[in-house]
Amino acid sequence: MKKLKVIAAMSGGVDSAVAAARAVDAGYEVVGVHLALSSNPKKYRSGARGCCTIEDSHDARRAADVIGIPFYIWDMAEEFHKGVVENFLSEYQSGRTPNPCLRCNEKIKFEAVLDRAKALGFDGVVTGHYAITKDSPNGKTLHRAADIDKDQSYVLAVLRTDQIAGAIFPLGDTVKTDTRKEAKERGLFVANKPDSHDICFVPSGDNAGWLRERLGSETGDIVDQSGKKLGEHKGAYTYTIGQRRGLALTVPDPTGEPRYVLKIEPKSNTVVVGSHDALAVSTISATPPTWCGPIPEVNKNLRGFAQVRAHGEALACDYKFDGTNLIAYLDEPVFGLATGQALVIYDNDRVVGSGTICETI
Amino acid sequence: MSIYFDHAATTPISDLALSALTDAAKKLGNASSLHSAGRSVRKELEAAREQIAATIDCAPSEVIFTGTGTEANNLAIKGLYWKAAKLGRKIVITSTFEHHAVMDPILWLAEHEGAQIIQIDVDRNGVLNFDTLNKAIAENREKIAFISIMHSNNEVGTVQDIAKVVRLAGDIPVHSDCVQSFGKVELSFKELGLTAATISAHKIGGPLGVAALILKKGLDIEPILHGGGQERDLRSGTFNAPSILAFAAAAKESRSKLGERSTAVRKLKQQLIQVVKEKVADAWVNGNQTNTLPGIVSITFPRSDSEGLLLLLDSEGIACSTGSACSAGVQRPSHVLLAMGLSEDETTSTLRFSLSYSNTIAEIEKLGAVIASVVERSRAASGKK
Repeated sequence: MKKLKVIAAMSGGVDSAVAAARAVDAGYEVVGVHLALSSNPKKYRSGARGCCTIEDSHDARRAADVIGIPFYIWDMAEEFHKGVVENFLSEYQSGRTPNPCLRCNEKIKFEAVLDRAKALGFDGVVTGHYAITKDSPNGKTLHRAADIDKDQSYVLAVLRTDQIAGAIFPLGDTVKTDTRKEAKERGLFVANKPDSHDICFVPSGDNAGWLRERLGSETGDIVDQSGKKLGEHKGAYTYTIGQRRGLALTVPDPTGEPRYVLKIEPKSNTVVVGSHDALAVSTISATPPTWCGPIPEVNKNLRGFAQVRAHGEALACDYKFDGTNLIAYLDEPVFGLATGQALVIYDNDRVVGSGTICETI
Repeated sequence: MSIYFDHAATTPISDLALSALTDAAKKLGNASSLHSAGRSVRKELEAAREQIAATIDCAPSEVIFTGTGTEANNLAIKGLYWKAAKLGRKIVITSTFEHHAVMDPILWLAEHEGAQIIQIDVDRNGVLNFDTLNKAIAENREKIAFISIMHSNNEVGTVQDIAKVVRLAGDIPVHSDCVQSFGKVELSFKELGLTAATISAHKIGGPLGVAALILKKGLDIEPILHGGGQERDLRSGTFNAPSILAFAAAAKESRSKLGERSTAVRKLKQQLIQVVKEKVADAWVNGNQTNTLPGIVSITFPRSDSEGLLLLLDSEGIACSTGSACSAGVQRPSHVLLAMGLSEDETTSTLRFSLSYSNTIAEIEKLGAVIASVVERSRAASGKK
């Protein structure tokens, strides 16, 4: 039988290196590819921040050499800028809080890269994500990883079934400490490289500062729910829903209770604050839905779990697809939920689907 | 069995050069030492210098050994500039499609030393525009530090009329990067009338890590490496005798076989072009085909993507090259092809095949057997219309 040919997306980190090595062991013909996502890459990585550095592309190349696979660099800077960075900015401008890692999986790793790989004659894309795919009579389905602390099914819940069909996650059954151990045994010097956190294209980690530089810092009012002015802000999009610190309100709350950011209204450039209770959300609508398996029957109430943050809790809920939106009715309210984040629905450990949160009640 | 069509990047060391290298490496002695061991190495080294001088038709004292071609270019460009700048001559004339090893030191001089650059354009075939050159010289004669124009282009193979450049220049110093031409086409430093020329060993079957600047006798320029002053006080560092001896062996061999190898390689190149055009009807060849290097051919496969082409050919065991890549390894549109008027999309749809006498017609047929499907898949992946 002819070997299946796959592209291993190699970031220069330990997970994708071990994933590529395992794909070779599993009998795939593997070609390593590092995605250059920044048109002006920083030379060196600082700690756990950023992944768009020359050092990372060098690390990925070294890992590919040790594994013994061909290695190339694909320039995806333009696609990344359009699909991820511009979307990130425009979402903030609209008062929402986006998750760029989801967009990157959706638009870059499992669209631009997978499409290109297929056109070049490859059968799929291998990544170091912690998630599991299973074969089912209706095609491949997406599931949580064995290591629940590392589980990345949330950020993969934007993949359509055809994208899941082309995805290979060799680390789904592994705990992170074992991945590092295995990397060491395989002679991959990235074994002890720190995990990447934060947003890779905001290398300083100062998200608010990065946004201010690009979107300006026009001052506006901070108001209560009745519209009464309580203070001023320096750029509405630098606030997040549920934020309590750094509001610098000039009018104290009569009850002495702390106040939280409830809403960001970009049109009026206003930040609305209120009590903790006002942050409670029980019903979440998300759109447009992406189904990672069979599409649920329209308007049928189903039992499942909702997750609204990467590495967030699984919240017991009823959910339904109303034909347009995916709606979750939580058993217990959550607090401080921003629109723009992803709602991901699970049926036990299986990912049902996801959508971008557009309304919370 | 892998097929290597990237000899302009580097080419295998020849048997003669390899034995010269290993024999010399076993021999004790620093060529600068005064004792008999040192003198013995020095004797061989100076003989090697004479051999190299003979292959490029210059005086032995005009050969200054350096570590790389890039170093030789830097030495010539910065040295000639600093000398001229003292006399108020700060204009540097060069072409729009030089190698980075020439272009970047010139840009550095502009950024840090106040050099003014005049870039002479080339036509669609990569041939220098002599009208522009003539005009630039006429208008600035007293202010020109030097002129640097490559003898032949590393991406498309076009050979320039350097003798004409020197005639137009008159008493203005002319440097020429001859790295791709040396050992491949007839080259006489004396007849061309150059002030400086760069040559390198590993493009002609010599070892990596040794090259030379040929610099006119009696001309003193500022060095860039300071130290023991081993090379005419213009370049310091312990003599790399084994590599220099191997360089001489390769230079001598390629000079003596230039005619027969050049004819054979030109024939192979014609066959490659024919095979590719038969399989990919809309592919075209870039660069001047009348005055060109024997082994370099640049082919554009419209609507394809050279990254994909290279990956797929590599997986078929065929090595060739795309244009240049930045320090992160990302492919950039070739400034050479852009200078010749290709669009950005066209430059990133182009491959360079560079052949040697060691390539065979069977290898070209193997390329012919896969090129159509490789181009088709790359087109599907490129998203270009």
